[in-house]
This record gives sequence, structure tokens and C-alpha cells, in this order.
Amino acid sequence: MSFLIDSSIMITSQILFFGFGWLFFMRQLFKDYEVRQYVVQVIFSVTFAFSCTMFELIIFEILGVLNSSSRYFHWKMNLCVILLILVFMVPFYIGYFIVSNIRLLHKQRLLFSCLLWLTFMYFFWKLGDPFPILSPKHGILSIEQLISRVGVIGVTLMALLSGFGAVNCPYTYMSYFLRNVTDTDILALERRLLQTMDMIISKKKRMAMTRRTMFQKGEVHNKPSGFWGMIKSVTTSAPGSENLTLIQQEVDALEELSRQLFLETADLYATKERIEYSKTFKGKYFNFLGYFFSIYCVWKIFMATINIVFDRVGKTDPVTRGIEITVNYLGIQFDVKFWSQHISFILVGIIIVTSIRGLLITLTKFFYAISSSKSSNVIVLLLAQIMGMYFVSSVLLIRMSMPLEYRTIITQVLGELQFSFYHRWFDVIFLENKMEVRSADEGRCPRGEDFSLLDKLPAGQTLVFPTSISETKPPVPSLLEGQEQMTIEGLGVEGEGETKCSRLPGGHTMVIPDSHL
Amino acid sequence: MASLDRVKVLVLGDSGVGKSSLVHLLCQNQVLGNPSWTVGCSVDVRVHDYKEGTPEEKTYYIELWDVGGSVGSASSVKSTRAVFYNSINGIILVHDLTNKKSSQNLYRWSLEALNRDLVPTGVLVTNGDYDQEQFADNQIPLLVIGTKLDQIHETKRHEVLTRTAFLAEDFNAEEINLDCTNPRYLAAGSSNAVKLSRFFDKVIEKRYFSRDSNQIPGFPDRKRFGGGTLKSFHYD
Repeated sequence: MSFLIDSSIMITSQILFFGFGWLFFMRQLFKDYEVRQYVVQVIFSVTFAFSCTMFELIIFEILGVLNSSSRYFHWKMNLCVILLILVFMVPFYIGYFIVSNIRLLHKQRLLFSCLLWLTFMYFFWKLGDPFPILSPKHGILSIEQLISRVGVIGVTLMALLSGFGAVNCPYTYMSYFLRNVTDTDILALERRLLQTMDMIISKKKRMAMTRRTMFQKGEVHNKPSGFWGMIKSVTTSAPGSENLTLIQQEVDALEELSRQLFLETADLYATKERIEYSKTFKGKYFNFLGYFFSIYCVWKIFMATINIVFDRVGKTDPVTRGIEITVNYLGIQFDVKFWSQHISFILVGIIIVTSIRGLLITLTKFFYAISSSKSSNVIVLLLAQIMGMYFVSSVLLIRMSMPLEYRTIITQVLGELQFSFYHRWFDVIFLENKMEVRSADEGRCPRGEDFSLLDKLPAGQTLVFPTSISETKPPVPSLLEGQEQMTIEGLGVEGEGETKCSRLPGGHTMVIPDSHL
Repeated sequence: MASLDRVKVLVLGDSGVGKSSLVHLLCQNQVLGNPSWTVGCSVDVRVHDYKEGTPEEKTYYIELWDVGGSVGSASSVKSTRAVFYNSINGIILVHDLTNKKSSQNLYRWSLEALNRDLVPTGVLVTNGDYDQEQFADNQIPLLVIGTKLDQIHETKRHEVLTRTAFLAEDFNAEEINLDCTNPRYLAAGSSNAVKLSRFFDKVIEKRYFSRDSNQIPGFPDRKRFGGGTLKSFHYD
């Protein structure tokens, strides 16, 4: 009976999430486009709904809501569905829409999209080989196999986004980086742009006139098309058309110049707006935050390097650690169990909410920047795929910020994954990415080429920064042993659990407050 | 031969509706082989005979300025685009017949080009009264062109064409529906070609043969930075 009640609660919440995803899709993502294929909208909302349900289950786990067996059942079911979607449905539809865009293959769409999907599966499977993520005793199509691969991709994405956000954030908000742009600069650039346009126009006028006189005289200028066309144009060419090709080349160069000028002007306008914004109250506040963040980012890079170089031993999760500190050093006595539950709930809740929000905002801006009316379907599906993988791997990583007693269910459901690997992998990618972006930033003065994407991505949006301080790679048996012991012992009692905890991967997470709208 | 007079016509519309293909077709009578994203503005020139076939026939250059981008761009892009909107003599509004949103966005495009601001709430009202008011004192000739006609199925054609007829009425403009990959739609003598010719004639007339021909009537020079800073905070 209670199972039915629990299930109905879960289903209601899933419907709510589905509705939210639907609205988000309609109002935000597809604001400027027409939804012609409702399949895309449904898939996006379904992915969103199931991802959010996973987070909801974690929260329920901490709060102890619902029956534990029904929770377990829903976890399993949720996981199966989401893996089904991420590995089978979304890639297939991505392939299908890509193929539909190509006119040639229009007739045999299904065939080619199946082919594309098979290629995707092959590479997806091969992904698991170089990583030590799984013990070989599991079958081919087990949940662990799929989740481990999805986890790798998702963690890579998370680290990339975090790293990028961390570097972009101070750059966007700190006025130290803003060049001084005056109105005269902009006017001068605009004048150059218009002059270039005038030059293009005068050349095009000559071309149009030449074409017209040629047409009236009966010569026809055909652009050399194809291989034989080019060969023919070498030997036989009317003087008129020779002229045309020469002028056309000049025009091409001028058009390229006009594009560059346009992008530079847009950049100057953007910088000017940022200068004005920085003089307002909000701007000053974010400027201050920017300084704070840069210091924090430098510290994080430092810590990540040390972790990788020195293979540091893991710590416990922040909640337990905080409680340890208060009890041992500050001497404040309180009901450990009660408070640890509530505090971890709040912490995990904050992490979840900010990362969902941050991801949605990032996705929206990304979508606006790169989509066009032809590719909008494909891009939305790609974003749904990224979102699903991101959420699955944040479940993996979030496990580390929960106290022992709440980790059991994730461990039970996700099976025997080597969680430590994921944290280490996150560190590596994060560091690599930040180094690249840093060096790109140092030598960077805002240029036209950076116009499209980098100005549009919000800063610091992915806000889960798990600094995982991974342990040394233990030989596999002992790790399993540690985990087994944990599951058998169940809730880690403080005294005993400590010695075992030190062998388990640990980490602590910090949440950076959302700095931009 | 650059001594012929010229008029400037803007070609506006959402991304991907086919403005570049259209301009190429109009100016070079050839289909554009490899359309790519327009960054900034691309210009092409068409030689047009004003009042063709009459004794007052005169040749003019018509500059077609194809401005790229979307109507929801960042305000810095909008301010940059504004530099192309100086002294225009005509506007061609292009929309995609298969995409209703592109037709709706035409209102915002025309307002952006005519330098009027939308209601700050950004709510788009599309009933007749609102639009008549905005375009009542507009002196610049407009033309509405719908593209990708070949992708509309026969059965839906009537419904789509009725909708676009209303749209053109709102703008007090002529409308042409065609497929930019097929030059036959603009073949000499077809009704589309006649409408196009009439539009260009109207543009030239307004520019050169109206009562005060040295100032474009009803279109004051855009104040750039005085109004510009205000504009940069309008709807995002």
C-alpha cells in the first residue's frame, strides 16, 4: 500500500518536472524558432524530468521520506530509463535529424541514422577501454558498464565547464581587464566600416554594369563550375569575364575586411556597455566578487596540482568534517545525527539547485549563440544529451559530499564503480582546461574572432566545484573490500568508520554563489 | 559608369530565411550555390531601368544591403547594425513561409530599422490597430517577400498564403512569394517581376521625384549616442 502512495508521489513530481522542462523549452530555448517536430520537445522534457527525479531521490534519501525499498526501486527504474534515453534514444534522434538536413540522403533517412547510431555505440563502447573504471566480472549490458562510460563523459564535461567558467568569470567582471573605449574610437571604426562598404559598392557597380553590357552584347559570363569548367576557362575567356574575376577577387578581400570591422565594432560596443555597467552599484559588487574569485581560482589550481602530484589521501565529506571540528575543537555539543542530516540536506540541496540553474542558463546562451533555423533540432538534442550526462555524473560526484549513511543507496544502485577514478579524472581535466584557457587569456585582447561564443557564455555558471582530493590508487581488492565493509556495516559509526573512511575516496565541495543573473 | 544615381534598399529578416540567396538572385540572376552565414552586412548592386519602356526611362543603381543577424541579438550587435540603417530609401522584409516566427519577427525588424522603440515590456501585439499606428507616418516603401515556397505542401498553400496576405496588408506593402533556388519565379514578365519592378520604381520616385528631393521625408537622421545609450538598455 505504501508502495503505491510512494509511487504516486514520485510520478506526480515527475510530471511536474516534465511540465517545467516543456515550458523552459518553449519559452526560453525555442523563443525565436517554430517547433515543428514535437519529438524534440518531448525528448528534452523527458530527459530533464528524469534527471531532476534522480536529484529528488537523493534529497528524499537524506530526509528519510518514503519507504526505503520503494526508494530503491525507483532509483533502479529511474536509472534504467535515463540510461535508455541517453544511450539509445537521443543519439538515434540526433543522427536522424542530422541526416534529414542533408538533402542527398533524404530518401534513406532511417537507414543512415541507424548507421550513425551504430558508429556512436561503437565509439561509446571503446571509450571504456583506456580507463580503469570497471572490474571485469560484469556482463555486457549491465547498468554498471553503461553508467561508467556515461560517467566519464559527464565528468569531463563538468570539469571543462567548471574550468572555463572559473576563468571567464573574473575576466568578465573585473574592470581591470576592461580597455578604455571612447565614443570617438567607435565613431572612427564605424567610419572605416562604411568606407569599406562604399568601396565594395563601387566595385560591385562596375561588375553589374559590365555584366549588363556583356548580356546586351550577347556574351554570357558563366562562373567556372566543376572541373571541366575550370579547364575550359583557362583557354577560352572573354576579356569582360576576365575583368569580372579580377574585380571579384578584390571584392572578396574587401568583404572579409568589412566583416572584421563589423565584429570589432560590435566588440567595442560590448566593451563600452560593460564599462557603463561596471560603474553601477551591481557592477561594483561583481567587480569585488571578481577579485575574490580570482584568488579562489588560483588557490584551486594550486590544490588540484598538489593533489595530482602528491597523490594526497582523501578527506571526509564536509558535513562530517565540520561536525568534527565543532565538536572537537570548539567544544560545542549537539545532537550529531539530527544536525548532520539537516545540514547535509541543505548543502546538497544548494549544490543541486545551483548546478541545475547554472546549467540551464549556460545551455540557453550556448544555444542562442550557435543555432540557426536548420540546426536547431540537432542542437537542442545535443544539449539534452549533455544535460543528461551532466546530471548523471553529478550524482556520482555528489556522493562524496554526503555523509556515509546516505551514500549507501547510491553505491547500491550504481554498483561497484571506482568513484575515486572519477574524482581524479575531474581534477586532471579541470587543471588541463584551466591552464589552456589561462594562457589563452593572458595573451588576449578582445578581438573580433572571440566575438560569438566567449562573450555570450555567462561566467562561473557551473557552480559545483568538487575539489576531490583523491587517494592513492589502492590495489583493486582493498578498495572493494573497503566498500564491501561499508555496505555490510551500513552506517559508518564514528569511531570504527574513521579508519575505514581514510581509505575511501573523499572530497569536499564548495559552492560558489551564483554571481551573474 | 558609376555616375548613375543610386538608391539604398535594406533587406531584413531572421537568420536563415534566405536573404543572401534572394539578393544574389536579384542582382546576378543566378542561384546562389553555397549560402553561408552572413556576418555583418553584405551588399550587392542591381541595375534597374526606371519607367522601363517609356520615354523617361533612366537607369539607376539599386544597392541591396543584406544585414545579417537575428532580432534577439545582443544590444552591442544591434548598435553596430544601426550604422547600416542610415539614409535608407526602401526596405525589403524577408520571411520564411515554413517558419511562422520569422513572419512575426518582421514587425520587430521593421521597427528596428525605422528607429522606433517597442513598448518596453517587449510584448508583441499583432492586431491591426497597433501596427497601423506605427506605420501610419512611414514614408519608406516596404516589400514583403516570403521564401521557401517549394517546401510548402500543396494542401497548406492556401492557408499560408492567406496569412502572408494579412501580413503584407499590415505593412501596407506588396508581397511576393517565391523560392530562391528557382529563377523562374522572377522571370521577366511574370507577375512577381512586375511587382518587384513597381516597388523599385516607387523607391526611386520617393527618393528623386518627391516634392523635397534633397531630404528624405519623414526620416530624420539618427541620433547616435544620445539615443544610443538609451537604446542599449531596451529589451534584451
